Amino acid sequence: MESQKKTPLHARHTALGARMVPFGGWEMPVEYSGISAEHMAVRQAAGLFDVSHMGEIEIAGADAVAALQQLTSNDAGGLDIGQAQYAALTTHEGTFVDDLLVYRLADTHYLLVVNAANIAKDYAWIKQGIVGFGDVVVVNASSRYALIALQGPRALEILQPLTGVELDTIRYYRFATGEVGNVRVTISRTGYTGEDGFELFVPPQAAASVWDALLREGADLGIVPVGLGARDTLRLEAAMRLYGQDMDETSTVLEAGLGWIVAWDKPSFNGREALAAQKATGPTRHLVGFEVVGRGIARHGYQVFRAGHPDDSIGVVTSGTMTPYLKRAVGLSYVAHDASHVDTELSIDVRGRRVPAKVVKLPFYKREQL
Amino acid sequence: MSYPADVRYTSDHEWIRVSGDTGQIGITDYAQQQLGDVVYVELPDVGRTFEQGEQFGSIESVKAVSDLYCPVSGEVVGVNAALTETPESVNQRPYDTWIITVKLSNADELAALHDAAAYAAMIDEG
Repeated sequence: MESQKKTPLHARHTALGARMVPFGGWEMPVEYSGISAEHMAVRQAAGLFDVSHMGEIEIAGADAVAALQQLTSNDAGGLDIGQAQYAALTTHEGTFVDDLLVYRLADTHYLLVVNAANIAKDYAWIKQGIVGFGDVVVVNASSRYALIALQGPRALEILQPLTGVELDTIRYYRFATGEVGNVRVTISRTGYTGEDGFELFVPPQAAASVWDALLREGADLGIVPVGLGARDTLRLEAAMRLYGQDMDETSTVLEAGLGWIVAWDKPSFNGREALAAQKATGPTRHLVGFEVVGRGIARHGYQVFRAGHPDDSIGVVTSGTMTPYLKRAVGLSYVAHDASHVDTELSIDVRGRRVPAKVVKLPFYKREQL
Repeated sequence: MSYPADVRYTSDHEWIRVSGDTGQIGITDYAQQQLGDVVYVELPDVGRTFEQGEQFGSIESVKAVSDLYCPVSGEVVGVNAALTETPESVNQRPYDTWIITVKLSNADELAALHDAAAYAAMIDEG
């Protein structure tokens, strides 16, 4: 793993006994105490994640918002300062260059949080895409940020004593800047777990002190460090898509079931024509949730069939696992339009054995709202 | 890592504990640590026969699937149905958690398996 990059928290992970794996060019912790225990801690108390591998790209200038409106599917123009938004960085075909969060930092200054494996690709795409927009600059600022996620029902209780920011006043998908243990941090009420929680943008040199402070503060409240293994099971239980598995440059925003991040009111954005045409006819395939009804676990790459039609594959599992909290084998798959309705009976090839499954409503897990 | 002396080991990290003409089969402490949290064990039907080294089932953790290979030739005379409800016992007590019981068709095959010292040496070598 010598060629893999290391986050500023690498020494913390090895000291905590994490199992490290290569992921998106980084050497990352996949688990500490065990995926199931970490998953349950986030559902029931709190988990601390190092997600410093994620990329940060900044766009600024008087025309930055116009460029973002062209490059992304959602309405960046509607963002308040201090607000974040989920969006697709779209190709001209309406498929995904990446999925990302757009943060409006200041009047004409935006931060994009992108997937680790896509940083170079996204930066090149955006740099090329802003040509002709006048006053706009783009910077790959990934090395300037460590990103720490604190997720779970006790996240606020753990973070509050460490900061003067009144966390209660930060609504979902909003953020504020303040000090956490004498370190200047951007505190965002976002996450990738289906729980309440925060993501903290921290200067790399201060990441370890913030990490330590959170583990110390949360010790009596059940906090545990959480690796990429449970991050994946948590996000899947909450039906949050993973780029490279659930969608990529071959799947459109509509096929991925993310029509809600398409701002149709915008007169123009990359892929708008393609998506509008697809919307008019309806996509021929859809990303759906399924639950395995028989015994077995359906995993990434397994073929999906309509029940009773064993010869014609109608799709492939994009993500699948046994979820530690729900204790059900669930997953996501693209299926043909007429097999996409809830309760459609499916059959999945689990290493040569056909196992019954059915289409279910998403998300699999939804936390109780306060 | 523990290596009990009352079982014999395969290079694929199964163990077999022989008593009379039958043997209980499970996976080693090393195997369960490598797998992580076990969430599913696919069991064969009682009455099936397997050759030594033949796949008899599979075991799944949250992240991975691993095939299970029969340490000896024989007929399945018992399967541990409790694993359907509590697969995590493979992690908690790997050497007390048998997966299947087979009636050995050729006890001479046991000689080809590792004893505790040889298996421990194999693990230490990585």
